[in-house]
Amino acid sequence: MIRRGRAAGLIIGGLLSAAIFLVTAVSFFWTPYSPTAIAILERLQGPSAAHWLGTDPFGRDVASMLMVGAQNSLTVALVGVTIGLVLGVAFGTVAAARGGVLDALLMRVSDIAFAFPALLTAVMLTALFGPDGGILLRGIGITTIPTWATGMASGLNAMLAIGIFNIPVFARITRGAAMSLWKREFVTAARAAGRSDASVTWVHILPNLASVLIVQVTIQFALAIVAEAGLSYVGLGTQPPNPSWGRLLYDSQTFIDKAPLLAIFPGLAITLAVLGLNLLGDGLRDLLDPRLRIVRYGTERKAA
Amino acid sequence: MREGRDMAQGFSARRVAAIALATALAGVVQVGTAEAAKDTLILAMTLEPPHMDPTAGAASAIREVTYANIYEGLTRIDAKGEVQPGLAENWTVSPDALTYTFKLRAGVKFHDGAAFDCSVVKFSYERAVAPDSTNAQKGLFEPIAATSCPDANTAVVTLKRPAANFLFSMGWGDAVMISPASAATNKTNPIGTGPFRFKNWVKGDRVVLERNDAYWGAKPALASVTIRFMSDPSAAAAAIAAGDIDAFPIFPAPETLDRFKTDPRFTVKIGTTAGKTIMSLNNTRPPFNDVRVRRALAHAIDKRAIVDGAMSGFGAPIGSHYVPTDPGYVDLVNTYPYDIAKAKVLLAEAGVKPGTPITITLPPPPYARRSGEVIAALLQQVGLAPKLVPMEWAQWLEQVFKNSDFDATIISHTEARDLDIYARDKYYFNYQSPEYKALYKQYLESRDPAQQTALLGELQRKLASDEPNVFLFALAKTGIWSAKLRGMWDNNPIPANDVTGVSWAE
Repeated sequence: MIRRGRAAGLIIGGLLSAAIFLVTAVSFFWTPYSPTAIAILERLQGPSAAHWLGTDPFGRDVASMLMVGAQNSLTVALVGVTIGLVLGVAFGTVAAARGGVLDALLMRVSDIAFAFPALLTAVMLTALFGPDGGILLRGIGITTIPTWATGMASGLNAMLAIGIFNIPVFARITRGAAMSLWKREFVTAARAAGRSDASVTWVHILPNLASVLIVQVTIQFALAIVAEAGLSYVGLGTQPPNPSWGRLLYDSQTFIDKAPLLAIFPGLAITLAVLGLNLLGDGLRDLLDPRLRIVRYGTERKAA
Repeated sequence: MREGRDMAQGFSARRVAAIALATALAGVVQVGTAEAAKDTLILAMTLEPPHMDPTAGAASAIREVTYANIYEGLTRIDAKGEVQPGLAENWTVSPDALTYTFKLRAGVKFHDGAAFDCSVVKFSYERAVAPDSTNAQKGLFEPIAATSCPDANTAVVTLKRPAANFLFSMGWGDAVMISPASAATNKTNPIGTGPFRFKNWVKGDRVVLERNDAYWGAKPALASVTIRFMSDPSAAAAAIAAGDIDAFPIFPAPETLDRFKTDPRFTVKIGTTAGKTIMSLNNTRPPFNDVRVRRALAHAIDKRAIVDGAMSGFGAPIGSHYVPTDPGYVDLVNTYPYDIAKAKVLLAEAGVKPGTPITITLPPPPYARRSGEVIAALLQQVGLAPKLVPMEWAQWLEQVFKNSDFDATIISHTEARDLDIYARDKYYFNYQSPEYKALYKQYLESRDPAQQTALLGELQRKLASDEPNVFLFALAKTGIWSAKLRGMWDNNPIPANDVTGVSWAE
């Protein structure tokens, strides 16, 4: 029963996530209107055939803004989680492989990074690099950003902040799981056969971490979307006029009595994206967790 | 695994807390005001002053805190924009309009006990005209030749040439009386002669003033005035709704005013200000040094769309650096009608290629941030690539206003009748026009009211023709305050929050 419920969760989560990714993919090529095109005469309209989700105070099409907002939210989340994943896994595997002082050092650095919430890091980065990260980009020699990438580039601080926050999350999980793998017989065998720590990590540890990491990535991805929305809400994420879910929510706040739907749609977008990814993550965990798999084999054997 | 999950939830909870912060804050602070006796006022402004010396800074926020409350001048401007006696009881003007004799009030003391007499007038005016003067409105004092003191209570100011509006100018927040003893420290510890004295300043949050019991004139009804700073429209709306703030004279969330109008707890007063909201252009930086580009931008920008879209319809489009409520106004709104095709033609003529980037720097007030979004969309339509850069107030003052390091910015010039800024040798938008300067000199020296009005019109037309900046709209005074509050200004003829006549009705 429970498992069937979880399977349903996996399917719903998968479908929701797929839908969000599909809308995002479509938005790269097509949106009903330009998300920045204003039409003051059509301001604050309700949903209609012309404007599926209505228009905002500047007469911009809310559906188009949400679609492009998805681009920005997902890109920030993707880059942020990737930064966290790559560095976190590197830290975690090295700490597990070497142990001792290096392990202690890496994990304490990780703890320190964990003590700074993404919001605080974003405030710090904004002060350092400017709201759109321009100072950093110029610093590394990037002076012109292609038009299609400006929206995403303006979320640079948010990407870095979310990335930094995610490093310790992945470092801890990787280290914990890798430490137990290092005690397993096949690893001992590999070491006895003369393989180096690096080789053991690459050939035996990392592939066995995959399932744990995939699940965690899904969950962190959902959280990164919430974080991006939160950062944009307080003005530290994607910069105007590039649409972002968090800022749409913020901008709609004082219009709540005139156009309540204006706040509901971006809220719904965030909710559905996060719900979808979380269900997907939970479902994947059940599917990939070896302990649950054993139970399933057991049941199947009994049935046979 | 388990561990990671728990951390994940902690992370999410913090995010939720951050989002809920604004709403939660409003509820918490209310307790204090409900119990307070009705002789305190909490008033809010969008911008925080960089310091408290009105004679040494261009930011209107300085005078919006200090004018008439802390500092006073020889004359003062009332709620209607008319000149009233201030520290001068009365005055006489010589027939050639070159000598002003002010009869000063006796027994006036500064907050630190220093006496006010003619020597203070002499000091204040000489300090303002001195070569090293940091007064943001030096031009107002420029006609002054000398100030002399026949006796302690008489000040004689002689002018180099007749100056139109001299008495009005001396009522500005920039022309207040400064004591020699405290002139150097006014930035952090303002000392004036006004009915309120400075108590403390929590940077980034509030300034507290308290009643000056040694005041020479009628004592104000309020014992304490707290001025809070918030530029965030939703925080402002929440604070007003919760009763956390008693008055917001220029409310940054005009879209919520319809709701507050129907609420009996509040008075909503839509008035006028002297604020000319403009898109300032750096006139020496290409491509804005080309008048065709500036005119193209004016054609590309739909002023009505900005007023409707960014200001919920509050505010009146303007066509020059002058507001409809000031004397001598000429309607030039249609000098550059909204015309995309025309704008494109002008840009092409000037050799501005499609995709040319324009950086628009936006200071914190919502009128600037929102107008910026509309303007960015409008400029995209004519093929430009606008980039919006939101900026904190202190940084804006430093980078844009002081160092002229910008392409374009959006700001409201709230000083009254400030056509002189286009005649200055150095001002942040770098407009230089010998014709305009000559016209302005002619205006200043003219003594015939009819000729003055004609010249005012000429000045406005010259600006509209050169379009050094894109003139957008007159900032409305979207005022909201507690329905029990009496004596608030309905209009802002000058940037001020004069609360000396404010009281609570029982």
